[in-house]
Amino acid sequence: MMLLTCPWCGPRNSTEFRFGGESHPRPRPDAATPEEWRDYLYFATNPRGWSRETWYHGSGCRRYFAIERHTETNEHRAIDERRAAEARR
Amino acid sequence: MHPTNGRVNGHHRRNGTPRYSAWSLVQHGLTGAEWSRAWRAHPMRKSYDVVIVGGGVHGLATAYYLATNHGIRNIAVLEKGYIGGGGSGRNTAILRSNYLTPEGVRFYDRSIKLYERLAADLNFNVMFSQRGHLTLAHNDASLRTMHWRAEVNKLQNVDSEVIGPDKIKELVPYLDTSTTTRYPILGALYHPPGGIIRHDAVVWGYARTADANGVHIHQKTEVTGIDVEGGRVTGVQTDQGRIATPVVVNCTAGWATLISDMAGVRMPVQTFPLQAAVTEPVKPFLDTVVVSGTLHVYVSQTDRGELVFGASVDPFASYSMRGSLEFTEGVAGHVLELMPAVSKMRLLRQWAGLCDMTPDYSPIMGPTEVEGFYVDVGWGTYGFKAGPVSGEAMADCIANQRPPEIISAFGIDRFLQGRLVGEKGAAAVGH
Ligand SMILES: Cc1cc2nc3c(=O)[nH]c(=O)nc-3n(C[C@H](O)[C@H](O)[C@H](O)COP(=O)(O)OP(=O)(O)OC[C@H]3O[C@@H](n4cnc5c(N)ncnc54)[C@H](O)[C@@H]3O)c2cc1C
Ligand SMILES: [Zn+2]
Repeated sequence: MMLLTCPWCGPRNSTEFRFGGESHPRPRPDAATPEEWRDYLYFATNPRGWSRETWYHGSGCRRYFAIERHTETNEHRAIDERRAAEARR
Repeated sequence: MHPTNGRVNGHHRRNGTPRYSAWSLVQHGLTGAEWSRAWRAHPMRKSYDVVIVGGGVHGLATAYYLATNHGIRNIAVLEKGYIGGGGSGRNTAILRSNYLTPEGVRFYDRSIKLYERLAADLNFNVMFSQRGHLTLAHNDASLRTMHWRAEVNKLQNVDSEVIGPDKIKELVPYLDTSTTTRYPILGALYHPPGGIIRHDAVVWGYARTADANGVHIHQKTEVTGIDVEGGRVTGVQTDQGRIATPVVVNCTAGWATLISDMAGVRMPVQTFPLQAAVTEPVKPFLDTVVVSGTLHVYVSQTDRGELVFGASVDPFASYSMRGSLEFTEGVAGHVLELMPAVSKMRLLRQWAGLCDMTPDYSPIMGPTEVEGFYVDVGWGTYGFKAGPVSGEAMADCIANQRPPEIISAFGIDRFLQGRLVGEKGAAAVGH
């Protein structure tokens, strides 16, 4: 059992959510190479540690949100938007 | 250390392998003497011809077939814990070949053939019990998939057919085949050669015979880095020192991407926990393996009498091997829907292992863009049954430096070319 904190609803049992996997930026459809599509569709970082991922609160607010979760301890934390923006740059 | 020749504690060691016999069993039973070790500990060499990372069934089988089929014996198998401590010692030991794609059926069928003679090949009882395997269909869509699989199977000469509720009831009298359940049973895919095996015995048998053929098994040796120079492998770093080698084989299943990352090879693999549970032992009453995809559950009874339950992977990626209450509740409820009569039985244990899931539920096998770095991963929830054929094919691939026909569909290049080998319909629950 894992408690997951929805940014809108607060802490809930993880069974209320659906795991959406690692979040990667989607390549531009008009410019992407086959390699970029492969990476986006299939490849995963699969880190043993902190992972940035998408979850869907199906039995709650029914919104998608991004979160950072530790894949070994299942601790999680809200995404630091400033850091995320820096990483994207 | 025991001497490697002659009589040790009353039984023979030839080529370093202790020989078991009825006589040595009686003698040890009466005297309580220690059995000599089935595989030895060696000092680590500075270099090996082949370094295999991961001491599960895949790594050990690859070492065994390299040594016995190709005469390559200067091999190290590196295992960070103890052999069989990963998925190979945690699985529910179901073997079958009734897959969905022709590539998959052919491949797993070869593995079953190798398993059928494995006890003789290894001179080690692996307790393969071909008791038959049933995959239940509770709706029209799954019945259609069962028919599809049966036809693909028959074309590959694999014994597999769709049967109705009457025949199912005959095979498994304790199954609730009435039409008043939440998900009535409409039919099943019946696969007589499927069954269960003693998974530890398979691991130990391969280890023992690989050892006898000169393979070094290094337990408690963790790979921490892979040296790549000019696009080719030159060695591995371990917590016990560096080893020079031109060939590294990644057989680490749930840890596969951590090892591939060390070589700079990216892979379409995500690690999910898979749980299983076992009950107290009772008298034998279930002599087939029963799987229900709709109910996400499967059941078999071991030779000791315990019921073994499994399900599909946990709902999110993780490297944690903790059990969860959701799993126990789910599995118990679903088993009772299938077999209400077992409601009084008590669960003894539950556990989890790590599964290296791929997008198409097929493995990734063969060379990579780094010369000398081979992968045998993507075994998800279904890779124990593939141990022998994978070891045989990977050994062939390494010795002859090209993937043999039987694994040519499973190369990592398929994700760029869009040639996926979709096995989800045959592998998502019924491992
Ligand atoms: C609960 C459960 C039920 C299953 N049921 C079935 C079933 O019924 N039928 C079936 O066919 N399959 C089943 N499977 C899947 C099967 O267990 C695996 O696919 C298979 O065992 C994989 O074998 P392997 O040798 O590739 O990996 P593993 O046995 O997992 O071995 C990998 C080894 O690599 C080692 N390792 C990792 N990192 C390092 C490192 N850095 N250095 C050194 N060593 C390292 C690990 O310690 C581990 O021992 C099940 C799995 C689970 C968890
Ligand atoms: Zn919410």
